[in-house]
Amino acid sequence: MLKKLIFAAPIAAMLAVPGAKAADDTIKVGINLVLTTPASIIGLNSKAAFEVALKHLGGKVAGKKIELIFEDNQFKPAIGKQKTEKLIKKDKVHFLTGFIFSHILAASAPVGLKAGKFVISSNAGHSMYSGKKCHKNFFNAAWENTQTPMAVGQMLNNEGVKKLYILAPNYAAGKQMITGLTRTFKGKIVAKALTPMSQRDWSADLSKIKAAKPDGVFVFYPGAWGPAFFTQYAQAGLHKTIPLYNAFSIDGANLPIFQKRNMTHLLGTMNANFWAPDLDNPANKKFVPAFKKHYKGQIPAHYAAQAYDTMMLIAAGIRAAKGDMSNKDAIRKGMEEADFDSIRGKLKFGRNHFPIQNFYARKVVNKNGQWQLSKVGDAVLKNHAPTNSAECKL
Amino acid sequence: MPVIAPLIGQEFYTDVFARIMIVTIAAISLNFIMGYGGMISFGHAIFVGIGGYSVGILASHGIESAYIQWPVGILMSGLFALIIGAISLRTRGVYFIMITLAFAQMMYFLSVSVEKYGSDDGLTIDSRSDFGLSFFDLNDPMTMYYFAFILMICCLYLNLRIVNSRFGRVLRAGKSNNERMTTIGYPTFRYKLVAFVIAGMMCGLSGLLTANFEDFVSPDMLFWTFSGELIFMVVLGGMGTVMGPLGGAMIFLFLSEILSNITEAWHLIFGPFLILVVLFARGGVEGFLKKYEGSND
Amino acid sequence: MDYVLLAEQFFNGFQLGIILFLVAAGLTLIFGIMDLVNLAHGTLYMFGAFFAATFVQLTDSLIFGMILTLPAMLIAGLVLELGVLRTLYERDHLDQVLATFGLIIFFNELFLIVWGPEGSGINLPSYLTGTSELPGGIAVPDYRIVIIISGLLVALLLYLLVSKTRIGMLIRAGASNREMVGALGINIKLLFTLVFGLGAVLAGFAGMIITPITQAESGMGEGMLILAFVVIVIGGIGSIKGAFVAAILTGLIDTMGRSFIDVALMSFMDSVAAETAGPAISSMLIYILMAVILAIKPSGLFPPKGA
Repeated sequence: MLKKLIFAAPIAAMLAVPGAKAADDTIKVGINLVLTTPASIIGLNSKAAFEVALKHLGGKVAGKKIELIFEDNQFKPAIGKQKTEKLIKKDKVHFLTGFIFSHILAASAPVGLKAGKFVISSNAGHSMYSGKKCHKNFFNAAWENTQTPMAVGQMLNNEGVKKLYILAPNYAAGKQMITGLTRTFKGKIVAKALTPMSQRDWSADLSKIKAAKPDGVFVFYPGAWGPAFFTQYAQAGLHKTIPLYNAFSIDGANLPIFQKRNMTHLLGTMNANFWAPDLDNPANKKFVPAFKKHYKGQIPAHYAAQAYDTMMLIAAGIRAAKGDMSNKDAIRKGMEEADFDSIRGKLKFGRNHFPIQNFYARKVVNKNGQWQLSKVGDAVLKNHAPTNSAECKL
Repeated sequence: MPVIAPLIGQEFYTDVFARIMIVTIAAISLNFIMGYGGMISFGHAIFVGIGGYSVGILASHGIESAYIQWPVGILMSGLFALIIGAISLRTRGVYFIMITLAFAQMMYFLSVSVEKYGSDDGLTIDSRSDFGLSFFDLNDPMTMYYFAFILMICCLYLNLRIVNSRFGRVLRAGKSNNERMTTIGYPTFRYKLVAFVIAGMMCGLSGLLTANFEDFVSPDMLFWTFSGELIFMVVLGGMGTVMGPLGGAMIFLFLSEILSNITEAWHLIFGPFLILVVLFARGGVEGFLKKYEGSND
Repeated sequence: MDYVLLAEQFFNGFQLGIILFLVAAGLTLIFGIMDLVNLAHGTLYMFGAFFAATFVQLTDSLIFGMILTLPAMLIAGLVLELGVLRTLYERDHLDQVLATFGLIIFFNELFLIVWGPEGSGINLPSYLTGTSELPGGIAVPDYRIVIIISGLLVALLLYLLVSKTRIGMLIRAGASNREMVGALGINIKLLFTLVFGLGAVLAGFAGMIITPITQAESGMGEGMLILAFVVIVIGGIGSIKGAFVAAILTGLIDTMGRSFIDVALMSFMDSVAAETAGPAISSMLIYILMAVILAIKPSGLFPPKGA
């Protein structure tokens, strides 16, 4: 008898936990982010931007209240999927978004799409969704994974780099970076070092770099890899002789940390992306200071900019349908047209619902005592669409 | 109890229970070698991964028939268990734990390195294993649920039968006193290896189901911390008991779910909870209940 | 053959070995003498890293910060031992594994909350950020030389402690035959506490000394823990000499392996295959080494006598 009680108790507890209860005409947006583990530095950046966007919308679109429901996927695809299921089946969200990492997206997106929901990636740029697996209800408000390294490749050409040494962690994203880079880079690649994911000490690689004598080093070391690698690069004295380039390794989220750790050798390093905080357009001018005020005085990273745009994109869809969530076609059309001021200027979508946009070179600068990324020159890639867009049969 | 879930009508909870039952199968297989055989394997997650990737890899090549995927998954799990067991079982105690952990790490790194099958991005599975029967389609949530339920019951029954068979009794005797058994003339190594292979195959079954249920496989399934969680479920439910794995899986997953809804920092509670279980609830929930119920009569 | 590169990689591997030794030495003593499987040893390594980072920031001095970390590690070790681990001595290994696993989960979360997801770091003063050139054109960052020298000094101190002092003799006796030591009337509880404290300080020292290079992050202990276990299994549980040899061997194989395996593979594979297989195999090298050694010598290279 007691045994049955003990097993029944947790079930009762689970049933008792209420699903999000709100007025019936509230529009719910489910946001699946990584909010714990060291990777949360990015998730929290995005979360803050979603909140700023909601504030700028006044909490309402087309007369209907908007509710944001955040869930933590703990950086695990299986848990991400569980949370996605909870958002869809228990909270009954109308839009499913967030998704920083591609493996989290890959596990969750099919669930959302099968349930007929709109799925909008605010960061994860998994290539399958811009090509063969494109879907009428799937949108990406960021970029496709190989676009940014392609921009970097072009930037390297412009900078006159002829001999390049590449380092990236040995997993899918790392390899995609290299794939993208090799598409546009015209010089010689002296090495493609795929380092073990658990590696935190690059002494062996730094010795090899020195021996190879390249005139540029490109790295893809997001998250915890970045600070460790950059510190060791300087300790080996390489920053004095070989310029360092990167993709997604130095951004608004970790620059405050680098500044705190006084890594001055990072000033002047260049990378590329579709956005910079000093990009001159009305949305950006409104967003950047608002974000700074809302989130620890920090300049937003591209994750935040993308999240802000995602929220505005959803709002555009809701407006087009005049708040009627059953009119999916109107919502879709509204999002495809993206009639709002985007932080990248004007947001234009391809048939596969991925943005066709410019990419810029950016440099780390010290502006008014705060380190940030600043646009350099003209766009290195103009109106660029994901390479596999033609495979999308939408 | 799992029968009630679909009747409650909340599709979300059906999913929760399905997940529990699939993990329970892995826990049953681990309980078999751990609780009855005394082999503490930190590498059990490997077999879940092998089962899962069998479905994933074959599906990505267009082979969706269950009659190919499932035998391949179970056989590969058995094969790997044979190899890993043959090497690891030459050691004992902590060495065994460490070497199984090392194998788990190796398999994890291997799966992350092979980009063709997604690497850490994982592999999406478009359509579940096809049994070629019109009334039995795993893509239907209810079918999936009851299939998992039936398989779990089968594994529980299988475990019960093996444990009480002659083979099982030799195994259990070997756990309590290995020297005595070998002196009498029982080749305990062989018995343990067979048990290890059986457990590996059952765990591979869990992996096959996982891949079908999640429509997704990723190297995460192979990470050593998952093995640790399985060990915990077995201990929580009561090592060496028949229903223990089910109870342990239920409590573990429910607790994770409830706690993570309360606070994002739920590990702060979960960690000490696990420590307390180990210190005070030796024998797990089953043992705790036996004591309580025993003192009541 | 680029001999300068080879020499530099040898040096790098040796440095990794020193760090591994510091962590493994404590682990092997704790396991060998106290029969305690402590999965949370990596957590002690993490303690050292974060404590040092905070102390250095508070005192604004590398030396003071690091000196303060050592007694802090001792205290932390003693608190853990008296509070939680003491209850585990009588338990079987499975219980110890699970309870210390719980500790890992708890502390990783705690440190994540207290120090934030971005972790922490130590800035080196300018006199340590340079690079020196050794004869032959081998360039070595100054701080790595500091790591090797200090690591070797600690190893020497440990050796002297264990082989030349009375406590050391008790430790060695305990590693070979615990019951006998207890039967001889030595206060086993006190010995255990001391040994654990020593292990904590060693692990903390390793975590502290590597942080200026690799930064402090939550979860940094687990990777080191698995490596350390591999080292003590190869070296022989309970043997400090074994830990030293195995650690240096592991460090060298891991580093040299990662540097030269793709070159080696390319001699009989095309470059694309080598690029894929190389990183995969190099991550597995140490585990393959452990499997091979266990197959030949199941008790490790230098098991303490009477084990």
